[in-house]
Amino acid sequence: MIAASGKCEVTLRVNGEIKIVQAFPMERLLDILRQEFGLTGTKEGCGEGECGACSVLMDGALVNSCLIPVLQAKGASIVTIEGLAGDSRARALQDCFLEHGGAQCGICTPGMILAAVSLLNKNSEPNIEDIREGLAGNLCRCTGYIQIFEAVAEAARRSAVT
Amino acid sequence: MRSDPAEFELVAPESLPKALSLLAENPGAWLPIAGGTDVMVQFAAGKLPARKLMSIWNLGELRRIEVLPSEIRIGAGCTYTDLRGDKTIAKEFPLIARAASWVGGIANQNRGTLGGNIVNASPAADSLPALLAYEADLILVSVRGERRVAYRNFHTDYKKTQLAADELVRAICLPRRFLGYLAYTRKVGTRNAQAISKVCLAALGRLDAGVIADVRIAMGSVAPIPIRLAETEKILTGRRVDSALLLLARKTAATEIRPIDDIRSTARYRTEVANNLVAEFLGRLGASGTRP
Repeated sequence: MIAASGKCEVTLRVNGEIKIVQAFPMERLLDILRQEFGLTGTKEGCGEGECGACSVLMDGALVNSCLIPVLQAKGASIVTIEGLAGDSRARALQDCFLEHGGAQCGICTPGMILAAVSLLNKNSEPNIEDIREGLAGNLCRCTGYIQIFEAVAEAARRSAVT
Repeated sequence: MRSDPAEFELVAPESLPKALSLLAENPGAWLPIAGGTDVMVQFAAGKLPARKLMSIWNLGELRRIEVLPSEIRIGAGCTYTDLRGDKTIAKEFPLIARAASWVGGIANQNRGTLGGNIVNASPAADSLPALLAYEADLILVSVRGERRVAYRNFHTDYKKTQLAADELVRAICLPRRFLGYLAYTRKVGTRNAQAISKVCLAALGRLDAGVIADVRIAMGSVAPIPIRLAETEKILTGRRVDSALLLLARKTAATEIRPIDDIRSTARYRTEVANNLVAEFLGRLGASGTRP
């Protein structure tokens, strides 16, 4: 049993590194990532699981970090946008987002890339419907989505070639 | 106004028996939280009445899908992603697989659980009409033991259920006898992902020599709880699908639903759409008899 009145100690792996944090158990993973670990690539949009700006991978699964009490991330492995810096698939996505105008104001972009990486990890040759579904939990108010879908489709093609 | 995490307690018992003991020691004191896709939204809005929460996310006992000869038992902690990935559900319970694919987006499907959807008891929940159509039973568990209740009787009024203060939903049981049925489901809303339905229908039907032998029609967002259209089902049984029957079905369905005006839609629109969905389902069912 984990006692949890007051702060508790949570050990988790973030972008491959073991981290230990003292936190209230109901603190949101999003706030811990941004404020304790300085990983501000993870954005807060709606704060209620609707927009996907705070997407991260938790034990390989795409999640909204605004909906995760940090105690539930105890022992988990988290990957944020910063953790994808050396990832070839993320690099292809980044290039294609730039080329296709998939990033405009940029607030949704880290979440979009995480959702796209999560999709491509499961399905390396997605069709347009797969892409629409994979990114349906991520809202963008600038692009109208088409440029983003094209960027993901192109990144999938490039990753298949290389 | 956002909640202050310092005011909240959260514990994570490491087994189901420990979680149940904690509930039994102080019934009603602890709010269970699984994937948090509803609870954390209330927390964010400063609207969570509970101050003591108990995480059940890591309880492996609630995360299994058991396929028995006569039924499938879905652990209440199974996520929508788990449901979408299960072969038996895909083959025998397409209404569940389809509903799971409409919940939120991928991130919410990775965290939201079927048990959570049931206990949160929203009349607009995506997966609940499908459970009604398949005549699900629930296994509820406490330190006092397990009991089995028909899901149809579980919701007693708006956001009220039969769950006692010391109980958790352990599993959802679906009888494996709907393989030959035409399954039809549709969510009408602003968009499929990340939007709550204005009206949702899940229906099953089977023809015998061109006549409706068995039919189940369930709807969400048209009453304080998800409902079965029992009267409509009754007048349909034993009849052939023709235009007169469609008219009668629309009229009867309209008397069974109690939709309201709210931020998402109006009672009038919901009634019209509900009738259209019933007619659309019957059209499909009728056509299914003309194909070999």
